Formats: sequence, C-alpha cells, structure tokens
Amino acid sequence: MVNFLQHTFNGLVGGAFLALLALGLAVIFGMLRVVNFAHGAIYMLGAFGAYVLLTEVGLSFWWALLVMPIALALFGMALERLLVARLARLDPLYNFLLTFGLTLILQDAVKSRYGVQSSPYDAPAILSGTLDLGAFDFPAYRVFVLVMAVAVCVGVWWLLSRTRVGMVVRAATERPELSTALGIDVGRWVTPVFGFGIGLAGLAGVLAAPIRAVNPLMGADLIIVVFAVVVIGGLGSIFGSVAAGFAIGLVQAWVQALGEDWALLSQVLVFLVMAGVLLWRPAGLFGREEAPA
Amino acid sequence: MSELEQDKAAAGSVAVADHTAGVRAEARATAPAAPTGGTIVPPWLRWTLTGAAVLVALVLPVNLYPTVAVDIACWALFAVAVDLLLGYTGLMSFGHAAFWGTAAYATGLAAIHWGLPFPLAVLLGALASTVLAVPVGYLAVKRVGIYFAMVTLAFAQMVYYIANQWRSVTQGENGLQRVPRELFGLDLSDEFYFYYAALPIVAGGLWLVWRTVHSPFGRVLVAIRDNPARARALGYPVHRYKLAAFLLSAFTAGLGGGLFAIGHRFVSLDVLHWTTSGKAVIIVVLGGIGTLWGPVVGSAAVTRLEDWLSFAGFEQIGLVTGAIFALTVLIFRRGLWGTLAHWLRRRP
Repeated sequence: MVNFLQHTFNGLVGGAFLALLALGLAVIFGMLRVVNFAHGAIYMLGAFGAYVLLTEVGLSFWWALLVMPIALALFGMALERLLVARLARLDPLYNFLLTFGLTLILQDAVKSRYGVQSSPYDAPAILSGTLDLGAFDFPAYRVFVLVMAVAVCVGVWWLLSRTRVGMVVRAATERPELSTALGIDVGRWVTPVFGFGIGLAGLAGVLAAPIRAVNPLMGADLIIVVFAVVVIGGLGSIFGSVAAGFAIGLVQAWVQALGEDWALLSQVLVFLVMAGVLLWRPAGLFGREEAPA
Repeated sequence: MSELEQDKAAAGSVAVADHTAGVRAEARATAPAAPTGGTIVPPWLRWTLTGAAVLVALVLPVNLYPTVAVDIACWALFAVAVDLLLGYTGLMSFGHAAFWGTAAYATGLAAIHWGLPFPLAVLLGALASTVLAVPVGYLAVKRVGIYFAMVTLAFAQMVYYIANQWRSVTQGENGLQRVPRELFGLDLSDEFYFYYAALPIVAGGLWLVWRTVHSPFGRVLVAIRDNPARARALGYPVHRYKLAAFLLSAFTAGLGGGLFAIGHRFVSLDVLHWTTSGKAVIIVVLGGIGTLWGPVVGSAAVTRLEDWLSFAGFEQIGLVTGAIFALTVLIFRRGLWGTLAHWLRRRP
C-alpha cells in the first residue's frame, strides 16, 4: 500500500511534466493552429538555461525559475513574429516542418557547445530533504514540482475562463473569423499567446533540471510522448490535454512499478492508449470532431 | 463513428467551408506546387528527361564515391514513398522510419540467418514493412492533416522502443553487424558493383510509384487530396484508398530500407528514429512536393551535402540540414524540382 502510494506520487510528478508541455502545446495550437515541434527543444533549453545560469553566471535555481520562462517566452515571441507568422496563412503542416527544422538547429547548437553528456544539477538546498507525510517520505523537491504544476494549470484555467483576456483567446480559438467580425483584434493576441506557451515549456524544463538528466537530447523523445498525450486528450481541448498528461504519467508509473520486465510496456503504453483512443474516439477523449477530410 | 455519420459531417463541412474562403484555401494549400499529372509536360521533354536520368544513374558511381551513390538511391526510394502520400494523397507521414527501419532489420535478419540472395531479402523486408503498415495505416487514416503526422510519428516511436528492448533479435544498441551481401556467389563486396546490382530494385520501386501515380487509382488519390468530401460524395471509399496508398508507400520505403541495410552491411537503431522520418520529409520538401523527380533530386542533394560535411569534419550536421530545411519551408516551398517544373510549364 505504501509502495502503491509512492508510485502514484511519482506518477503524478511525471505526469506534471507531460501536462505542462501538453498545456503549452494546446494553448498555442488553439490560437495559431500550429503544432510546435520545437516544444521539446524549448523544454531542453529551459533545463540547460538553468544549468548555464548556475555554472556560468552563478544564479540560483530560484532565479532560473523566474528568468528562463520569461527569456524563452520573449524568444518565442520573436520566433513567432519573424518566422511562424510568415507561414500562418498556409497549411499548418508548414509550421510543423519549420519548427522541426528549428528543433534540429537548437539541439545541435547546444550539442556543439556542451557535448552530449548529461550535466548534474542539484535541487536548491531548502528542497533537498524529504517531507514526512505519515505514510512515507516524499522528496520535498518533487512535492514542489507537483504543487507548481497544479498551480500553473489552475492558473491558466482561471486566466482562460475568468478574465477578459481569456475570453478573447477562447473566442479567437473557437471562431476566429466571427471574432474578427465582431471587432475583436485577434491578431494582437497571437504573439503573446505563442510566447506564453513557449514560456510554459521553459518552466517545465527548469523544473525538470534537478530530477532529469540535463542534456541536449532530453526533449527529443519526450516531445513525441507529448504528441501522443495531446492526441489522446484532444489537441483542441486544453482540459483534455492536461488531464491526459497526468493520467498517462500515473499509468506509466504503475506499470513501471511492476518490475524490470514491464519496462517496454511502460514505454509504449502511451502509444497503445493512443491507438485505442483512435479506434474508439478518433477526435480524442475531450476533443471535438474536426471536419473530416 | 460510422461511415454515414462521417459523410454527414463532411457534407456539413462543405456547406460551412463554402462561406469561409479562408478555410477552403487552407485545405487546398496542402500541396502547393503539386501538378495533377504529367500531361502538361510535352512527351519529347519527358523522354529526354527520363533518358538523362537513366544516364546519370548509370554513371553515378563513376563520378561519385560508390557508397554515396548507393545511399542516394536508397534515400530516393524512401523519399518517393513519402511523397506518394504527401504530394499525391495529401497525407504527411512523419513516421515512415518505422517502415524503412523495419525493412532494414527484416532484410538484415533474413540475410544473416537464412543467407538469402540480397534481392529476395530486400523483398522480404519490404513485405514485412507492408504488414506493419496495415494496423498503423488503418489507425492513422482515421485522422488527417497535422494529426496524421503526429499519429504516424507516435507509432514509429513505438516501433523504435520495441526494437530497442527486443535485444535478442535486434541486438539493441549494437545493431545487426556483418549483414552478408549474397547474390548467387557473385562477389559484390566492391560498392561499385553492388550499386549496379541494386539499381534494378531502385528502378523497380520508382517505376511502381510512377505507375501508381499515373493510374486511375492515382487520379483518385489526387482527387482525395484536393477535395476529400467530393471524392466521398462520388462514392469512393476514401479511407480504403488512403490505406492502399499507405501500404504501397510502406512497401516502397521498405525496398529502400532493405537496400540500405545490405549496402551498409549494418543496421543500427538510427534507422527507426524519428530524425530518419524527418530526413525523408526534408528530402521531399527540398526536392519538391508532388513531383516524382523531386525526391530523387532532393536525395542526391541532401546525401551529397551530408557526405561533404562529414568529410570536412563538421559534426553538427543538424545545424546545416535544419537551417536548409527551415529556409526551404519559409521561402522555397516549391523545392528544387518543383521550381524547375513550374518554370518549364510556364513556357509556351
């Protein structure tokens, strides 16, 4: 039972990263119809940025947690203005391809400077211990990650559903032409929303630095799992993407707990679930059916 | 969801789309420079081009390092297979490494364990890919556009993980080593001769795709690409046509992957990685989406460039290929061959 709780907790932490990445992907897709392939590379930049800030500038984890998401959000906004916007009127596949090219560039740029080996990054001292919550000892840092991720997801939900900005973004997401016709300046929100989504990926990267191996390829395979997650949840649905992220993290951890023999299943599980969802509800669990074509 | 419901939804989408020109334009932009067939090119020009291509193919290993020539041929097959889906069916597969890689492993295993002549091993590998493509394609054609790309990518990654864990068969990270190059006792250890032994298979694969595109079946695929709702309304089972194109594409990619395994005498996990899928798409876009010569030209350009870069000791190839790819997508979407074809067609 104690073991089960521990695995559940670890699963939620793993799911937190998937959820944060899926959330950013879904927010960007909702507003721009762009699937950002570089999302995994941005996550890597977040983690690497934290590492570089610590070793070369001397800024602590807390500074990185503040600086990196903002810096990457600005980077994302520049990217949107300079490159992504040029392809906005074309098929979304072109932006998918563009961000794929960017992924190769970003990964190899970091690789050429820092090599492929993993760099160690310690959790801040105050979070290095464990929390005794009765049943078992929770590593304090992981608790912090989980709390942060849940807080961010709730925060984004609040932004979208309770504020004027959120209302505009939702309107633009669901009926872009109609929103424009009603006098809402949709174009004004495209760049900030893209930057915001990129910032979320950067945040996930900084949070991941102390518990995942920091190396140039850390986002490479993860992004594909996140793609499967958003197909399961329904890419158009922000709630679905977050829920699917946590759920997949949980189930992965449970299968992993069964032992070494189940390692393969825990890796491919997300893809099997995706296959099942495609059979049963092709639009995703929480997605709406797009016009079939 | 039943076929009937989908038809209804499709009919609805047409009605909506007709009022929103933007959405229609978006749907059409999938393959920007794709011609619908070869009819506009005058016959003499087509024969001249084909003759020139045959000539180039025949002298390629004389002028080029033969290993590079073999690579160009293999990647050309792979890219043409991807273009059959992307350029002629309107489906962008970002997971074709699954078929290229599966064929490479199956070919390598057949050659190692059964000592088959290499053309037979390659054929077996391509058939293995086709079998894998049945469930993957069946599920993937349920989605379109960007979702199709993500779904194929995800399934390819699944195949990658399985190959990585199934060490007793794939040798894991070590890969299959010393894949034999058997052909009725002929000595093909020289890459120069192997190139000519492999050429008929490459030509066969290219001909298969050419024949498909220029058949009534291929015309239906183009119709599906341009207006799926209308194709369905005309009574064509769109999902089944897409699946058939997917299987053909997987088979052709498999021919390339099998030859690649025999050519390198080595199969590593890289053949299944998503970067390999991405490279095939890069080649198609650089060469020209929706053209048959485009992927061949693109393959020559990319392979030659990578060879040149690694020869020059440049390690971060992704910096260059990524930049070329981003630039192609941004400002050169017709691609090399697409631009030429467009230019030729505008001449009276």
